Amino acid sequence: MTQTQPRADTASASGSAVDFGTLPVVRTRHWIRWILGAVVVFVVAQLVWSLVTNAGYGWPTVARYFFSDAILRGLGMTLSLTVVAGAIGFVVGSVLALMRLSKSPLLNSFAWAFIWFFRSVPLLVQILVWFNLGYLYPTIGLGVPFTTDYFVEAETVTLVSAFAAAVLGLSLNQAAYSAEIIRGGILSVDAGQLEAAAALGIPQHRRITRIILPQAARSIIPNAFNEIIGLLKGTSIISVIALAELFYVSQVIYNRNQQVIPLLLVAVLWYMILTTVLSIAQFYVERYYSRGSARVLPPTPVQKARAWISLQWNRLEDEPKKVDA
Amino acid sequence: MTTTLARPGHVEIRDVSKSYNGVEVLSGVSLTLEPGEVVTILGPSGSGKSTLLRTINHLETVDGGWVAIDGELIGYEHRHGRLYELTERKVLGRRTQVGMVFQGFNLFPHLTALENIVEAPLALKRLNRADARQLALGLLEKVGLGDKAGAYPRQLSGGQQQRVAIARALALQPKVLLFDEPTSALDPELVGEVLDVIRELAGLGTTLVIVTHEIGFAREVSDRVVFIDRGVILEQGTPAEVLGSPRHQRTRDFLGTVL
Repeated sequence: MTQTQPRADTASASGSAVDFGTLPVVRTRHWIRWILGAVVVFVVAQLVWSLVTNAGYGWPTVARYFFSDAILRGLGMTLSLTVVAGAIGFVVGSVLALMRLSKSPLLNSFAWAFIWFFRSVPLLVQILVWFNLGYLYPTIGLGVPFTTDYFVEAETVTLVSAFAAAVLGLSLNQAAYSAEIIRGGILSVDAGQLEAAAALGIPQHRRITRIILPQAARSIIPNAFNEIIGLLKGTSIISVIALAELFYVSQVIYNRNQQVIPLLLVAVLWYMILTTVLSIAQFYVERYYSRGSARVLPPTPVQKARAWISLQWNRLEDEPKKVDA
Repeated sequence: MTTTLARPGHVEIRDVSKSYNGVEVLSGVSLTLEPGEVVTILGPSGSGKSTLLRTINHLETVDGGWVAIDGELIGYEHRHGRLYELTERKVLGRRTQVGMVFQGFNLFPHLTALENIVEAPLALKRLNRADARQLALGLLEKVGLGDKAGAYPRQLSGGQQQRVAIARALALQPKVLLFDEPTSALDPELVGEVLDVIRELAGLGTTLVIVTHEIGFAREVSDRVVFIDRGVILEQGTPAEVLGSPRHQRTRDFLGTVL
């Protein structure tokens, strides 16, 4: 039996009359894949149809408020909270990460306790406490340590505004999480790198900034962008202290005009746009830091699109010849 | 010690001992290297040869004894009858007199071959950017990689990476150059190109200390071969003495396993 079944290698080896290289290839049909694909297309189509036809979404209302002054001002507040709290969070987080990796047990334990505390207390609670700090410390001032003799003193309520409370809560919380992300990134760098840098006599600060952090960045960045996107949407929690950020503003508007869903949609769409921008930024930042780790850098979407278009174009040019033949 | 030497690169290791978690890796090792000498350290794995090498540039601190290069203590300063631990900055300063080549290359993967080489001279402000670049290109030429200046380590073969690492170590013009099993991580056909580069460095005035398992190479380039076992120097001498007619049974056993 086995002798009668021709196999590619034996056929060519024995000088078979058929040259398999010239035969057309029939690709496998992936029926399951086609069926599942059809289901997905159906579900998406249904969703789009309902988005368009269901008047409840109130698209005209969405359009009316999307660029309204109040919403744009709220958006500005959301952005500044994200940028300020994100920046402070990552700077403090970097310091905490280095403290955690320090040989000093005191610095190490302090950083550990900081991270432990701010990861333990819910963000919402933190923000409320910062906002109501006046109950604990009616005044804040500079003076002789461990006494109540102040040189300068101010009312806590005036010092810690709603914005300050929001920034404090968000950035300290962010610092605790960033610290662990940055520490993880630093730990992921091979110990031999530090050794080589030390053997070359490169000073410590430059070893960190030039050798360790650029390599740590590869594992820090995806997590860092996760955190920033989380922070961006997390700012909506600030609405509890009536600070006029995007989400609070849309709440105020729908409480007035009862257009709940359209105004929530306005907020959601803005969050989606900002997240998209951040995701695009993430792609390029990751690409930058992958220098040296990949033999060839991954193509940018623009490059991919160009390659795809030129491929399709070439196919089009080939097409008429086949028709002729 | 003010034996003003005509040529720098004199290394003195005196009674050095070192333990890890109660296990003694080096017990009272003394070794003196003359300027420009090429010394190969042989020994079974775990014998302490890498640790000894690493004490020379203070990557490893010692529990007892001391190491000095051209009369300057490594890691400590001798003042008023006491040894003061050096600050990080001073340790780094003295370390630049000693170059090191690692088994695993340890090139900086995010920097090109050229950037790897100019990093230390620039960080230490020894050279300006243009001069450092010039020096690096010259060194790359010297190790036969003149056309690879812009390549990232991952785009190079193991042998090429190790040659870049040697060029990087040479960029600071060290008096002493340490090689920690420089060919052990390489495919057999790539060993030769790295050994060729090291061979060219021998006799140029830099003191070379090479930990290796390449006995043939040791016989060819070394002025002296040192055999270490269980943290002590068992015997040392010319390659002909140690490799040709070893006095100790353990040296004979070791040579029997690697030859």
